[in-house]
Amino acid sequence: MTFLRYIAKNRLTLTFVLLGLLIFLFVIIPLAKMIFASASEAGTLWETILDPEVTGAIGLTLLAALIATLFGFLLGVPLAYLLARTNFKGKKLVEGLIDVPIVVPHTAAGIALLFVFGRNTALGQAFSFFGIEFIDSLAGIVIAMLFVSIPFLIDSAKEGFKKVDVRTEKVARTLGASPWQAFFRISFPLAWRSIFAGIIMMWARGISEFGAVIILAYHPMIAPVLVYERFETYGLDYARPIAVLLILVSIIVFIVLRTIAYRGDKS
Amino acid sequence: MIGVRNLCVDLGEFVLKDITLNIEEGEYFIILGPTGAGKTVLLESIAGLYPIRSGEIWLRGKEVTRVEPENRRVSIVYQDHVLFPHLSVKDNIIFGLKIHKASKDEQKERLNWVADLLGISNLLHRRPDTLSGGERQKVALGRAIVTRPELLLIDEPLSALDPETRESVQQELRQLHRALGITILHVTHDFEEAIALGNRIAVVGEGRLMQVGTPEEIFRHPNSEFVARFAMTRNIFHGKAERKSNGDTVFRVDSTEFITATDAEGSYHASIRPEDILISTEPIRSSARNCFPGTITQVIDKGSTLYVTVSIPPQLSCLVTRHSFEEIGLHEGKKVYVTFKASSVHIFD
Repeated sequence: MTFLRYIAKNRLTLTFVLLGLLIFLFVIIPLAKMIFASASEAGTLWETILDPEVTGAIGLTLLAALIATLFGFLLGVPLAYLLARTNFKGKKLVEGLIDVPIVVPHTAAGIALLFVFGRNTALGQAFSFFGIEFIDSLAGIVIAMLFVSIPFLIDSAKEGFKKVDVRTEKVARTLGASPWQAFFRISFPLAWRSIFAGIIMMWARGISEFGAVIILAYHPMIAPVLVYERFETYGLDYARPIAVLLILVSIIVFIVLRTIAYRGDKS
Repeated sequence: MIGVRNLCVDLGEFVLKDITLNIEEGEYFIILGPTGAGKTVLLESIAGLYPIRSGEIWLRGKEVTRVEPENRRVSIVYQDHVLFPHLSVKDNIIFGLKIHKASKDEQKERLNWVADLLGISNLLHRRPDTLSGGERQKVALGRAIVTRPELLLIDEPLSALDPETRESVQQELRQLHRALGITILHVTHDFEEAIALGNRIAVVGEGRLMQVGTPEEIFRHPNSEFVARFAMTRNIFHGKAERKSNGDTVFRVDSTEFITATDAEGSYHASIRPEDILISTEPIRSSARNCFPGTITQVIDKGSTLYVTVSIPPQLSCLVTRHSFEEIGLHEGKKVYVTFKASSVHIFD
């Protein structure tokens, strides 16, 4: 029986395919239309690529998201491990709070960060003592991205660690491994795929961040802010090529990373 | 000597209470108990992997109760092997050597030694998920012994294996114990396994130690109802295997001779599974070579099946279904015949 005939026979499958198709087209059509519209005016797209303000903004976006992910990795993976391996009072609360950035409107998150890291706050002044400013700076962009995207890495790493049989660590210990060695030789490599998936998600989420960043740092301009500014100032035709470029870069990065992550995962 | 003194472990839903064990150096010691008796936890406690509430653990005259697992030199082999899935067989085995920073030459030498001993030289480059159950078991054993531990803990090594593999792994364990002279602490719920392998057996149940003794003592003189339940409905005999002039090897218990399918001679144990024995009211002519008259001395009702004890002597426990029990009209005191094949008589040390 062919797939199509199977679908036609099963009303439920048929209904779900139609509904699924609707949402799929909803996602794909705007992206595809924008990319193909730009393709017809390849000259404009090329001009955009050569525009130093655009390339600078895209580079800054990628870099800031990468730095945020690096901090997320160093601070988030240990927490993910603890949440996967230990039970303590209030663990559910900690897990819930970690996920709050996902549900908070991102402009509100930006305001909240401003409250803690702003120029007139204790923490802001402490950092400025070391020459780090969060307002209109790379550091500001990084903490905004870090705040809104860290749940993705922690959640994914936590699930990864949970899947590692705790007894593999126990066996390692009896064979002479310290807790550190058991972590770095057993648990971490075994959870790496999930951690890496979390890294990709976190970086991707960082790249796409707009709301929290614009509150802390309108300048230097990351790509989403530049798209917004060109749209506000010059209109749709000027915003679109940057948007297309940003989408293309994001997709390419996403594909490359996923390929690396799932390389040799046939077994 | 390995000593466990007044060990208490809290598991939340149940507690291991007041366990005291003294295991001689080089001994093959079995902990026998039903599933859920906390046997695995006891092993993990001895290895230092499980926090104990009170009591002491001694290894070679030193108290190690608070010593970290990596400093105890106690290896553990779990029931489902728990190989490191991301490492090859070779890297699994040399894991402990690498941690101890053994030289490349030493790693190679010990790897070859272990691989030869267990017959797994052809598996070294395989991944754990491509191995059969028996192969995984060997790799897990190899990984555990390569660091030359003072004590080897084995958790239900045979229960995850099919019957044939079980036999060979059991053989393997006995040889390993002889070849290495290592002290082994092995937990199981299988009475025959315990008898076959153990120098001594400790029976645990309901969170406490019920009896410690040689296999003989445990099944000849159970000190409690609980221990007896393990021995009951099992036909395990101690006796002599002899070669007869007609070429048959018989196993002599009391004055009865079971014809067997082995050519072993000397003092052995023999077991016959209750489900391998036929009960009839007349002698049966068949290819089964053991047929004896006897009297039913006891009937234990298990619902759809019944355990019928027939005294030849010795006493044989036989499993029958309720249907045939009623059809043949069995009852206590009835004279019957028991029939079983020579190959059903299982001979072991």
